[in-house]
Amino acid sequence: MTQLALVIDLNVCVGCSACVTSCKEWNTSGSAGPLVDQNPYGANPTGTFFNRVQTYEIGQFPHSETLHFPKSCLHCEDPPCVPVCPTGASYKRKEDGIVLVDYDKCIGCKYCSWACPYGAREFDENQKIMKKCTLCVDRIYDMSMPETDRKPSCVKACPTSARLFGDIHDPESEVSQAIREDGGYALMPEWGTHPSNHYLPRRKTKLKIHADELERADNPLKLDQQLPKPDKDQSTMDDVSAW
Amino acid sequence: MKPAFSVIFLTTLIGAAQGLFLALFTHQSYALFGLLPMQSDDFYGYGSAISFLLLCLGLFAAVFHLGKPSYMITRAWRGILQWRTSWMSRELIALPAFMGIVFLYGVAHLLTIRPEIVTLPGGQVVDLTLLLGVGGTVMAFVLFICTAMIYACLRFLREWHTPLTVINYILMGGSSGFILAALYASSSAPDEAGFFAGWAIIITLLAFISRVASLVRNARLKPKSTLQTAIGVKHPHIVQRSMGAMGGSFNTREYFHGRTAAFLRAVKPAFLLLAFVLPLLLLALDTPTLLGAAFILQYLGLLAERWFFFAQANHPQNLYYQTVG
Repeated sequence: MTQLALVIDLNVCVGCSACVTSCKEWNTSGSAGPLVDQNPYGANPTGTFFNRVQTYEIGQFPHSETLHFPKSCLHCEDPPCVPVCPTGASYKRKEDGIVLVDYDKCIGCKYCSWACPYGAREFDENQKIMKKCTLCVDRIYDMSMPETDRKPSCVKACPTSARLFGDIHDPESEVSQAIREDGGYALMPEWGTHPSNHYLPRRKTKLKIHADELERADNPLKLDQQLPKPDKDQSTMDDVSAW
Repeated sequence: MKPAFSVIFLTTLIGAAQGLFLALFTHQSYALFGLLPMQSDDFYGYGSAISFLLLCLGLFAAVFHLGKPSYMITRAWRGILQWRTSWMSRELIALPAFMGIVFLYGVAHLLTIRPEIVTLPGGQVVDLTLLLGVGGTVMAFVLFICTAMIYACLRFLREWHTPLTVINYILMGGSSGFILAALYASSSAPDEAGFFAGWAIIITLLAFISRVASLVRNARLKPKSTLQTAIGVKHPHIVQRSMGAMGGSFNTREYFHGRTAAFLRAVKPAFLLLAFVLPLLLLALDTPTLLGAAFILQYLGLLAERWFFFAQANHPQNLYYQTVG
């Protein structure tokens, strides 16, 4: 069984929102109709987006760091939004695990959005139906595109390659290895939704130097203590004058 | 959650309708066994007509919960397809089914279509209206359960995820319906108003207890989801600096009630007073002229109760939408 998903590396994401705009651009231009915007040039512009980058401050100044956090549908393996749909418009594809909405069956009751703990669904105020991230299902299988382009729009747009795309059920896939080896985690694991999208944590590269590594320890004369131990600011390169 | 008025009216109107039907059939059952004087067919017939009217009004309110009212005609029929998994789908089956039975029960009484089906050993004649009444009673409870389970089944909306939600819907609908039945009887069968008012007091009291129990429970809830689990970072101090949208989004409109905490605190005692305390006082005074006031005041109270029910539910997605930025 295949479960397509995104793995988002928070260590690499710089919060540029290129994934947001490319997602909007692709999904508003497709055959499924536009993602409506309201007051796009007014005081309170709002509209339908499948992907957003949020920003969090972790810790308190001066020991704080910024976390940019892209947020879209997680395509849960056990999606709570699917069984609640009265019309069957909300469904999870068996062949690749993508959670989709059939726009022609949706009655716009919004119940699925209540049933998603992540707030991943977006109501289209123009068509009056529920929409959501499709993992660019109309792109990843488009054989008229070169194979390198058959990826979700957000993945293609990311300048830092913070977004990986693949089958998390294939243990050898890039995404599975990233989850396994780089500490991939799921959001709100307490609800048992088993999100397919995973996040890789912020990671700091640290070099640990032990105190004894700062001193030369391989001078055989040290055993005899024949020569005076030099001060820290003196050279220890000389085997003759120092110990 | 943002309370949707379509759903507030739907649940309160059909709750009263279900309660009224249960009240009427309770009376007929008592009368069958000679515990109460059997009333005319018109009494039960017109009573169920009121119940049917309330159900129609509820259904009309529900239309406005759809994205477009036209979806009621073009798409809503699909809503019955997912009954295996969706409580809303089950409600969409149970509501018309109950409406149909109430309609037939009323018609059978008004046209006195009462073919005898079986005679009990005690000599009581079970006719078609009784059979429809039993079916309607079962469907009334099925509908209560479906309506309440729509909310109670959402496990991360923890204010709703409790058996008390189902019990409250049954008891508050019952209370409303029995008060309406007492009001109806006070004009068409004054001697029977006391029977309905007596049951109304008992059910209203039970509803009061169970609603307060759910308020106490909800006041003690500790959130399972936190900003830490929401973004998966283990740190005691996390602050959102930007939600990624400046002018609001579906996430900021649908899941926040948009009122102050003080307003919410004020609604709670108001609905407890209007929906339970005042009706109980008015019923206890045993004055037929006050029954109308009792029903209307309680209905306003139930509207406030339902508003509060939605507003109090704190959706975990709100964790992601704290700061515009």
